[in-house]
Amino acid sequence: MGLKSFKGGIHPPYSKDLTEKKALERANEPAIVVIPLQQHIGAPCEPTVNVGDLVKLGQKIGEASGFVSAPVHSSVSGVVKKIEAVDTPSGKTLSIRIESDGKNELHESVVSKGTLDSLTAQEIVSIVKEAGITGLGGASFPTHVKLAPPAEKKVDTIILNGAECEPYLTADHRLMLEEPEKVIFGLKAIMKAVGVEKGYIGVEDNKKDAIETLKKASENESNIEIVETETKYPQGDEKRLIDAATGRKVPVGGLPMDAQVVVSNVGTAAAIATAIQTGMPLVERIVTITGDAINTPKNLIVKVGTSFKDVIDQCGGYKTAPGKIIMGGPMMGAAQFTDEIPVVKGTSGILVLSEEKSRTPEPSQCIRCSKCVEVCPVYLEPIKIRNLSINGRHEETESLNVISCIECGSCSFICPAKIPLLQSIKISKQDVLAKRRNK
Amino acid sequence: MENRLFGSSSPHIRSDETTSTIMRDVLIALLPATLASIYFFRLSALILITVSILGAVVAEFVSQKIMKRKTTIGDLSAIVTGLLVAMNIPAAAPWWIALIGSAFAIIICKQMFGGIGNNFINPALAARAFLLASWPVIMTTWTSPGPDAVTTATPLAILKPGGEAASQALPSLFNAFVGNIGGSLGETSALLLIIGAIYLFARGIINWRTPFTYIATVAIITGIYAATGLDANAPAVGLEFVMYQMVSGGLMIGAFFMATDYSSSPITPKGQIIFGIGCGLITSIIRLYGGYPEGVSYSILLMNVATPLIDKYTSPKVFGEVK
Repeated sequence: MGLKSFKGGIHPPYSKDLTEKKALERANEPAIVVIPLQQHIGAPCEPTVNVGDLVKLGQKIGEASGFVSAPVHSSVSGVVKKIEAVDTPSGKTLSIRIESDGKNELHESVVSKGTLDSLTAQEIVSIVKEAGITGLGGASFPTHVKLAPPAEKKVDTIILNGAECEPYLTADHRLMLEEPEKVIFGLKAIMKAVGVEKGYIGVEDNKKDAIETLKKASENESNIEIVETETKYPQGDEKRLIDAATGRKVPVGGLPMDAQVVVSNVGTAAAIATAIQTGMPLVERIVTITGDAINTPKNLIVKVGTSFKDVIDQCGGYKTAPGKIIMGGPMMGAAQFTDEIPVVKGTSGILVLSEEKSRTPEPSQCIRCSKCVEVCPVYLEPIKIRNLSINGRHEETESLNVISCIECGSCSFICPAKIPLLQSIKISKQDVLAKRRNK
Repeated sequence: MENRLFGSSSPHIRSDETTSTIMRDVLIALLPATLASIYFFRLSALILITVSILGAVVAEFVSQKIMKRKTTIGDLSAIVTGLLVAMNIPAAAPWWIALIGSAFAIIICKQMFGGIGNNFINPALAARAFLLASWPVIMTTWTSPGPDAVTTATPLAILKPGGEAASQALPSLFNAFVGNIGGSLGETSALLLIIGAIYLFARGIINWRTPFTYIATVAIITGIYAATGLDANAPAVGLEFVMYQMVSGGLMIGAFFMATDYSSSPITPKGQIIFGIGCGLITSIIRLYGGYPEGVSYSILLMNVATPLIDKYTSPKVFGEVK
């Protein structure tokens, strides 16, 4: 059987050798954590503590204010010092600043929730919700929402995303290699919560060791299949992964559930396992700290709220003057303007590039090479959209399906004229979406 | 730390490929055929190639200066155009033909329409058409390869059904394949052009769609003609006729190096296939029924003009789109 794959896509330099052999390590205890009340897609949380309150590890400090929202918890025990808007990876956000007492006293809510057999689907969903679990792949969508699809969607398959197709990142790779049983447990929990019989874990074939480990860990699970996919960006996009694993195509404008599938990241599954087994909510995650401007790249288990600067210092600090600090990978991650921001639930990586690697190349004239059309995994025509976009003709891009763009950046990557295609497409996409909302 | 970091939209890494590396690869791919033309046609080929390339580069530089545009001779595209113009000229042509051709290609076809990426027709082929219309005798006087060049007919002229040259001796299929025949500088060696094309495929500079559909269409139509309409006393019959059609004239250089010109061919996958089939159809019709023995350049030029229309109606269906 040939490798599962998709049409289009690119082969960027993966640069994973910096960290793929580095075993997970626990980061140093932070003295201070700054926990943003919004780390997810959806409504921000309401703080449930006041300045001066004593909080414990795992205690809920922000309550979800809507259905599409997720609570936040303290990652240390200590005293609430401030509640104010500070810089976070997603802009200024109301955040809770806690000074750690170094004791990590557990909150009384942190107790095992029992075995999978003893829990009902409903109970698993509410454990996930209470634990504040969001998608750890980067998009940070509240997971409990995904686990409760509308009845008419008839979901029959769960796919765990272990593709990790972003260059540089190795957090999911190390997790699958070192804690496969957690990933499998989490998958089984999700399958039970949604009530499906079939589960897949999709992994790119540049992680053979993880594939072997997962296969071994799941050898007694007849309904779990490890899908080995071609190493090609963006294989980890959920619609590409669904296609690779099941052959189903999510309709334009649809969600995975429209193909009867729910997709979740392997890290998210492991967080669900932790929440069920120990009762510990999502207060820490694996972060790959890497890039050519980092002295000792590592995969660290970092508490939410720890500052980027602290984490980078533990990796030997900067090797050269940093040019770019990116949260996430180099293809879809967001460039930050400072290192004084907290690690949040969606921080899969901290990528620091040297000034030399950070410069944006000067665009030249399009030579119509059609490579952007060739690589687009959604089969858009990036250059056509771009030509309309730079002339402000955003409404005309709607018929070119601009809103189907998954913002993977393959077009900008491949362009020999170095035209920032994705940037133009994003502008048109925002414009079209805004007009739709105002209708 | 503030204000010292670069902020930009994703992606944060870019491929190493640039316009100039692509043009460099095209030059590398044309190198074997270029050297062969110098081997076959000696000094006259060398002069034509040198004049044509210099003419193209100078024309680009001067016209961009006059039009107050940024100079882009560094992207090597003018060298590619200059070389391709030379490839389209018969070896016996005087040097000023190459100069006029390359200047026409760069100034009229490329810079007047906005420079690289904006020419709606292939500059080298447009230059050939212009030269052919202006100096028809010079542009159709073919000489045989070697030191003592004598006037000869091209294989296609000999093969031309009902043509005037039909009585001349046809060179062997092997000589036609390696390029030891009369023709324009770059039209002769199918073998070396194919080697260059393999390099372009390997480097991802061109894709299979246009060249393969083009060549396959010519093969199928000339095959049908050979099976049904061909005079039994023709210089070559049956499969041999088809093979000669494949390796003679401009088909190989046209399919791999001209029809794949980025600016003047479609960007959509389906469009590239339609473009290739269209080129193949027109080439075959001109060769078999038209007034000229060769139809590659006009077929590509005609399809160039249809490119915007083809692009407009062949947008790919978006992932997950239902009919």
